[in-house]
Amino acid sequence: MSMAGAETGDDIVIDVRGVRNQFGAQVVHEDLDLAVRRGEILGVVGGSGTGKSVLLRSIIGLQTPAAGEITVFGEPMIGREDTEAQNVRRRWGVLFQNGALFSTLTVAENVQVPLREYYRRLDAQLLDEIASYKIAMSGLGPEAGPKYPSELSGGMRKRAALARALSLDPELLFLDEPTAGLDPIGAAAFDALIKSLKETLGLTVFLITHDLDTLYAICDRVAVIADRKVVAVGTIAELLALDQPWIQEYFNGPRGRTAAHGAETLHEEAEARSDRPVAAQANVDVRG
Amino acid sequence: MSGAAFTNEDGVLHFRGTMTLARLGDVVERVEAIDGQPKAVDLSGIERIDTVGAWIIHRLVRDHDIPVQGADSNTARLLEQVAAADRPCNVRPDHTPPFKRVLAQVGSAVYEAGSTLHGLTGFFGATLVAAWGVVRHPRRFRFNAVARQFEVVGIEALAIVGLMSFLIGVVIAQQGAIQLRQFGAEVFAINLIGRITFRELGVLMTAIMVAGRSGSAFAAQIGSMRLAEEVDAMRTIGVSPMEALVLPRVLSTVLLMPLLGFYASLLALLGGGLFTWIALDIPPVTFVSRIREVVPLTDVLTGLIKAPVFGMIIAMAGCFQGMQVEGSAESVGLRTTSAVVQSIFLVIIVNAMFAVFFASIGWV
Repeated sequence: MSMAGAETGDDIVIDVRGVRNQFGAQVVHEDLDLAVRRGEILGVVGGSGTGKSVLLRSIIGLQTPAAGEITVFGEPMIGREDTEAQNVRRRWGVLFQNGALFSTLTVAENVQVPLREYYRRLDAQLLDEIASYKIAMSGLGPEAGPKYPSELSGGMRKRAALARALSLDPELLFLDEPTAGLDPIGAAAFDALIKSLKETLGLTVFLITHDLDTLYAICDRVAVIADRKVVAVGTIAELLALDQPWIQEYFNGPRGRTAAHGAETLHEEAEARSDRPVAAQANVDVRG
Repeated sequence: MSGAAFTNEDGVLHFRGTMTLARLGDVVERVEAIDGQPKAVDLSGIERIDTVGAWIIHRLVRDHDIPVQGADSNTARLLEQVAAADRPCNVRPDHTPPFKRVLAQVGSAVYEAGSTLHGLTGFFGATLVAAWGVVRHPRRFRFNAVARQFEVVGIEALAIVGLMSFLIGVVIAQQGAIQLRQFGAEVFAINLIGRITFRELGVLMTAIMVAGRSGSAFAAQIGSMRLAEEVDAMRTIGVSPMEALVLPRVLSTVLLMPLLGFYASLLALLGGGLFTWIALDIPPVTFVSRIREVVPLTDVLTGLIKAPVFGMIIAMAGCFQGMQVEGSAESVGLRTTSAVVQSIFLVIIVNAMFAVFFASIGWV
């Protein structure tokens, strides 16, 4: 798959440049730059109210920035007509923070909504089969298909929403706090699910999270939002080497240390199982 | 990049190109239309594949039990993944035959009506108990909350209730005059306006307006507080939701309904008076003296006695439905609708009962 990537001349899927977002007098982002590479899981972190969700909404076109440029798959996203952005939309999937499942439709019907919208010719049996394997892939039991969202628990709703986000086999997946509100077992299973989906489907994942375990477990790179911009992007090891107070506090706080320790143990176990080395590539770029 | 394609060479199915959802073309139909038993599937020509493509191949391999050749590692892994996810899954809720479904709906509607009536009665009792508690401990009376509800239910409703009543007065005068003109008795339109507004329409229309304006607001406010667990938080802190939320609303509606109803009747008279003055040339002085002659005090009392009862019904239905909200935001909407429908329904029934009652005690 190279047609869109070729246009940017690089394997950059999302390119955010000089974005400013403001609500009234309150400036949320100022001159914010961020690039997401093909095939990586990029974690986005930042304190509460630093505009992580606003950034996500700007990229997917739900919020128009006051200034700046955003391109996804090489296509500019700002100032596009809805119909023009349609071709980009069918190449991504979005998992909203609270699932955002359509409450009048069953889980299976929710999964079928994007399919029905874009591929009207698909026959009913194939649609049902697609819905049922997507539901199974997202880790839900077969009994979940005919249920309505109000009958599901929080974790099941997230999984159902993931199934819907994946229904068009997107190349790019946006996740807004996917593990928030899940118990640790459910959260770890969700992490593993996203990682395995990324590996088999070659997904690029834009992941907003507060969950340090998720960052250590699955993110290839982490972008830190502070002072209205992305102050650093890199692997956690690279971020730790930086002298930025918020980053130090975030990763070296008591919770950060616990998560780091947990991740180390996991790595050792993984290395013991396979001789495949865990490669940490990627270079840091620091701004601000 | 080419779309998906496949050829059948001596039973070996060669898939080529891009086997993705967007580029499937007619492959699904053609795969289904294969003649005879295929021997193997060859995937060496595939450039790109997604889960839908993998699923179609998986389905083919599964149904015919044939081997897969030439799959690269990525394709093989995808095939493995979809195979792992292949298990029967219900997609639709169980379907019941229409006749049975209608029966079930009628049954559940009857049950629902019964349990609502039961709940409403219980809620009425709980409100009385809470009111008695406040009477015994007057310090628990929430003056600020009541004053706030007075403003919302009463003062903010003045404009809309006034306009509605004024126009209803005009319409009654106009329609009455047209009909009575046939007997040369246009002046009796004044009787019509005076009696019908004080006795029936003034209070009834106000009740309907208050139900739509305030009853729905009660249900929505209390309902969203239930969703946000504010009501539970109140209980754990030791504040009784009945005292803090329900009583101020019930009290202010009960007290304000007679005032609003009287105000509405007066404005209806004003509308009717203006119409008769302008269209029928009856001077205001005649209009007022005629009203004093034909409207007995019992008509005004009838309205004023009914009004607090209507207020009680509206506030009870609104607060009761609000307290029944559970689960999702959808439930707030449903309960708000129920609150309005139930209060208007009950108000009309009770109004009919009052009509029979007042007639039989001689207030005609």
